[in-house]
Amino acid sequence: MGTLLGAALPVGAQSKEPLIWGGDTDGGFPYVFANPANPEEVIGFEMDLARALADEIGRPIEFKQRTYESLLADLERGDIDIAMNGLEITPKRLKRVAFTRPYYIYQLQLVARADETRFQNLDEAKAKGLVIGTLGATAAAELLEVQNVPFKTYDDQQGPYDDLVQRAIDGVLMDLPIAIYYAAPDPRLKYSQLKPGLKFLGPSFADGYYGIAVRPNDTKLLADLNGGIDRLLDSGKLEEILHKWKLWTPDQYRLYKTVEIVAGGQEMRFGDYLPLLLKGAGVTVLLTLVSFALAVILGLVVAVARMYGPAPVRWLAVGYVEFFRGIPVLLLLYFIYYGIPAIIPGLKLDPFLAAVLGFGLNYGAYEAEIYRAGISSIPRGQWEAAASLGMPAALTFRRIILPQAIRVILPPMTSDLVALFKDTSVVSIIAVVELSKQYQILTKSGGGYLQIGLTTAALYLIMSVPLGYLSRYLEQRWGHKG
Amino acid sequence: MTWNIDIANVTKRFGPRLVLNEVSVSIQSGETVALLGPSGGGKSTLLRCLNGLNTFDAGEIRIGEHVLQPGNHAADLQAVRRVFGMVFQDFQLFPHLSVLDNVIEAPIQVLGWPRAKAVERAEPLLKRVGMAGHLHAYPGQLSGGQKQRVAIARALAMEPRGLLCDEITSALDPELKHEVLEVLEDLKRDGLTLILVTHEMGFARKAADRVVVLCDGKILEDGPPAQVLEQPRTERMKMFLQRVLG
Ligand SMILES: Nc1ncnc2c1ncn2[C@@H]1O[C@H](COP(=O)(O)OP(=O)(O)OP(=O)(O)O)[C@@H](O)[C@H]1O
Ligand SMILES: [Mg+2]
Repeated sequence: MGTLLGAALPVGAQSKEPLIWGGDTDGGFPYVFANPANPEEVIGFEMDLARALADEIGRPIEFKQRTYESLLADLERGDIDIAMNGLEITPKRLKRVAFTRPYYIYQLQLVARADETRFQNLDEAKAKGLVIGTLGATAAAELLEVQNVPFKTYDDQQGPYDDLVQRAIDGVLMDLPIAIYYAAPDPRLKYSQLKPGLKFLGPSFADGYYGIAVRPNDTKLLADLNGGIDRLLDSGKLEEILHKWKLWTPDQYRLYKTVEIVAGGQEMRFGDYLPLLLKGAGVTVLLTLVSFALAVILGLVVAVARMYGPAPVRWLAVGYVEFFRGIPVLLLLYFIYYGIPAIIPGLKLDPFLAAVLGFGLNYGAYEAEIYRAGISSIPRGQWEAAASLGMPAALTFRRIILPQAIRVILPPMTSDLVALFKDTSVVSIIAVVELSKQYQILTKSGGGYLQIGLTTAALYLIMSVPLGYLSRYLEQRWGHKG
Repeated sequence: MTWNIDIANVTKRFGPRLVLNEVSVSIQSGETVALLGPSGGGKSTLLRCLNGLNTFDAGEIRIGEHVLQPGNHAADLQAVRRVFGMVFQDFQLFPHLSVLDNVIEAPIQVLGWPRAKAVERAEPLLKRVGMAGHLHAYPGQLSGGQKQRVAIARALAMEPRGLLCDEITSALDPELKHEVLEVLEDLKRDGLTLILVTHEMGFARKAADRVVVLCDGKILEDGPPAQVLEQPRTERMKMFLQRVLG
């Protein structure tokens, strides 16, 4: 790392306490990432920049792993001192944090499959209703939203390119540095993540600036960092780093000019975010209902198999119940969405379907036990009375036993429905945008934690409270007596 | 076609316990038979064997042209069960169905009758057992005697040749017993075969053509009521009568 004592800067040198730098190695190439050859080591062009900066300001800079989306919040909370991870300087962000002068000028690059003929640019994609993937809470995502292009956001930068190759989406719009590492077949790229069969579509566009974010009141730190970047530009050190990572473009000469970006962008208003939240609530409801329908069917089949099936079928049913009750639903969702396609290439489920499957399997196990208890609570005599009337077993089950068992089953079943309704919020890990995820997205880009949070909570309550009452009502009405 | 019952050497065990020990009885179509005996003697078990609710380990039961054998749980079990209706001590009405729906459920679902036809047949039956005024009541709203009369109507709705009744009055108060016993006498007059497990000695004496006494899984006595109840041949029978008649 060289000397940590910045010879030129006595002001910054008094404090040897390391500066905590937040970034996300999951964000990936070429910013900061785990060295494939030695996963313990974090490398990337920003790591090189941080080292050079540490020398300049005379203070060590220590990397701390955070999630990309929470970087600004972490900064505000004081968990980190600076955030540097391809953070675009936007008017919206400037309202929350201060940025150093830019250390890189990025552009957005559209990437499509090599055989793509349907579109050449975003306008054509939009006209044909094609879906563009991008990283959540980035300038690219904002641009797609503003221009009304159908798009899908991801938590990691590799996901969109994978989905593009597998034809789940039609294009990817991301910052040029990322596009270079995933779609440019340049053999000189040391850490290339090249995905086969992709091409750049049109020239890169929509200039933007990466800057280092600091808390607005850390003015001395900001001045130190700006001074450091100045000197790295003057000495050619920054250019050297960018060359090393094949990120240098002629545009970068404009880094030498001072750019002025002012804070702005209007505050999200109720009328702006309510439709988005309502849409998220719709997904939550749909997800809950479809998953529950699957759980009910599975539960009934498994309960009947466990009670009346021949021995091997019974064991299978017991195995199902124990297995799916025993593993966390989060793990199950993760496995279905990410694990299965990794094992069986090509079997990539739509996130909504994956969520339905995960919840259906998980809740099906609980339903099965509820149904089994309900069905066994009906006295044998009812079976015998029906049999003595010449009713076969299946008919008896359907006409006599089940209708009575439902009274026992319904109250606990309703509470399960309420629980599932709230559990659906965990699907954000597999990129289903339901109510909770929508809240996350909205607040990540624009703050407004309280107002949007209250609205989101109100939406949940409007839906769950009546369900809760229904459950208690059924409990009172039917709970004690079959 | 007659529907005689032939029970030949039927043996039934529950685990190590011998519950029916080579029981043989023949019952003519149209007979009313009272099945008596001490508790645990095997009465219920025998009755349930007749209806295929219990299997047995040896012997054979013929009901008309149907044959029940150990292991062979007749392919026509449903048909066998339709020959005799069964009425239980604890009624076993379907609590989620109204009185009328209890009665028409099996005719519609099993015989495939249209609802209108089933209702048309059910109404006179319910009238006959004195329940015409409660068609739309639910079992939970009825007295025990009323429930048992509905249960009889429900069994009759399948147009059986007879009824198997297992202590159908024991859960009832004396006045309510009377209602139910009257219905049975009425059915006897119609020529239905009735096999009644009962502790009603008075009723057995008055209404039964025959009394069969089952004790420790064997037939202890079998004959007309006057003979069995008034001139018992065995000491065991005398003791039993003393206990029952107090
Ligand atoms: N499902 C069963 N499992 C084990 N043993 C049984 C079962 N049903 C009946 N038994 C036993 O078989 C014997 C005969 O029972 P059963 O019910 O036929 O007697 P019963 O003559 O009807 O008596 P009660 O007058 O008390 O009703 C009893 O000893 C009883 O405990
Ligand atoms: Mg009995």
